[in-house]
Amino acid sequence: MASSKKSSSSKTAQRLEVKKTYKLYINGAFPRSESGRVYEVTNSKNGFVANPSLASRKDLRDAVVAARAAQSGWAKATAYNRGQILYRIAEMLEGRADQFANEIVLASGVTPKKAHDEVLAAIDRWVWYAGWSDKLSAAFGATNPVSGPYYNFTIPEPQGVIAVAPAESFLALIDAIAPAIVSGNSVVALVPGSAAIAAMTFAEVLATSDLPAGVLNILTGSHDELAPWAASHMDIDGFDISGIDKKKRAELKVAGAENLKRIHNFDGAVSPTRIFAFMEAKTVWHPIGV
Amino acid sequence: MSFYGIVDGSESSLKHFLAQLPGVDQVGVDARAAMLATRSIKTSSKRWAIDTAISMVDLTTLEGADTAGKVRALCSKAVRPDPTDSTVPSVGAICVYNDMVAIARTHLDAIGGKHVPVAAVSTAFPSGRASMEVKIQDTQDAIDAGAAEIDMVIDRGAFLSGQYGLVFDEIVKIREVCGDRAHLKVIFETGELVTYDNVRKASYLAMLAGADFIKTSTGKVAPAATPPVVLVMLEAVRDFYQMTQRRIGVKPAGGIRNTKDAIKQLVLVNETAGPEWLTPEYFRIGASALLNDLLMQRMKMDDGYYASPNYVTID
Repeated sequence: MASSKKSSSSKTAQRLEVKKTYKLYINGAFPRSESGRVYEVTNSKNGFVANPSLASRKDLRDAVVAARAAQSGWAKATAYNRGQILYRIAEMLEGRADQFANEIVLASGVTPKKAHDEVLAAIDRWVWYAGWSDKLSAAFGATNPVSGPYYNFTIPEPQGVIAVAPAESFLALIDAIAPAIVSGNSVVALVPGSAAIAAMTFAEVLATSDLPAGVLNILTGSHDELAPWAASHMDIDGFDISGIDKKKRAELKVAGAENLKRIHNFDGAVSPTRIFAFMEAKTVWHPIGV
Repeated sequence: MSFYGIVDGSESSLKHFLAQLPGVDQVGVDARAAMLATRSIKTSSKRWAIDTAISMVDLTTLEGADTAGKVRALCSKAVRPDPTDSTVPSVGAICVYNDMVAIARTHLDAIGGKHVPVAAVSTAFPSGRASMEVKIQDTQDAIDAGAAEIDMVIDRGAFLSGQYGLVFDEIVKIREVCGDRAHLKVIFETGELVTYDNVRKASYLAMLAGADFIKTSTGKVAPAATPPVVLVMLEAVRDFYQMTQRRIGVKPAGGIRNTKDAIKQLVLVNETAGPEWLTPEYFRIGASALLNDLLMQRMKMDDGYYASPNYVTID
């Protein structure tokens, strides 16, 4: 009652805040979790922050189906085109930098300065990885000397569907996604805990970018719940487990052995080897004319 | 001539019979089909449902680009859908174009698939736009080549313009050609019939004319086997059984691509026609991509992790 008296006496009309419903990002759309579950993000300073969707293994399954369907088209796009699309995403990130920073402050309780720095670092990182798209074949490819009348080329090709489980921060998410998609892979990102808040705003950026639906899918929730299913999923070709607790990594590597999945942890490394980690070398023999 | 003592085959008797059929409550059918689609199927039932669905698949290839090699590969898959697991049942039938029947039959017999029948699409499939002589010859060719099941299309143009007698006569004539040698499935192409009332009328028309199965679609027109359409057809076979004591089968075809869709169809059968229809003898699913998804779901249940399309054949 006290607040209603106050509002009626104040000159500006009080309005109800429009709260965001946090959903998942699968195949270019924003579905709720199939399970209907959500979890609570809180922090010690701000208390309750939001209720992101708690993704289930069936959401993971759906995301992998979408990622698989989108992958060949994305890989077929020219390197130049992929770079352009990623750069366009960076333009939109830049425009929303303040929003990302505010959300990071809200969700993780860091200082505004730190949050802003993190966002700018993430954008720079994204642009840096985007620039690699048309340099990969020069950097990682080779013409091999062979004994015979042949040209022998080694060309790096994207692996397919990559799952990434980054640590609980926006920068870690960008660090995991950018090197995986720039080469033509499609990605399913498993975003833990409070990182979901900025991650879903990032999904809004993706949804309005030229990135084809399904190339990047974002699931929010718990690594403990989703990572074992991702590790054993036969249709995931690689898994970046940089954000997984060190003690739990060995178990995931065992689960991923069934389909010879490449499972890597980079522990914060910023390097083109992160791109190449999820590419495979294809070697072509071509006869030299008579 | 009398058909079950219900109609005499004349245009007027058909019109009279079809006119007195109650109309379909469209909203009710949609709601019931949607409600049945939400049934949750738990582990052991799901396992049974997957195997049952596999045994009901009419594994189909109906492309202009079909080759003898593709048909043979499909036949091998029909007999042993998962070469690494002999507990997977064979599919219900192979469904091919007329000229591929002999190739399919020979290959099936050679690889121990005598129990898998070959179904041929007939009567100028998929449009049905040909003279009666051509349609009869088409059917005769398929049966001579070893087809045990004939999937004929009705003349939708005639049906939609109210010439029920014409449609009826065609089915009767093809029935005569089939005789005891082949089962007759009648395809309505429900996507072109537009209303549920028409689907109900076409169902009775085909059943009275001697169809063994009624089939939704050719697979060439969307929408195809939507759950409400299948529900209307299942009601028709159930009521027809009560009228005549003759059990007619139902075959949805087209648009059933994953395990979830297939299980929804089985739920519809069980809840509408009854469990007597839950056998390949009375219920078939016309599909091609569906089989791989069923196999992948089966692998997931056995292995405990999600399967990949890399481990099933491309067809």
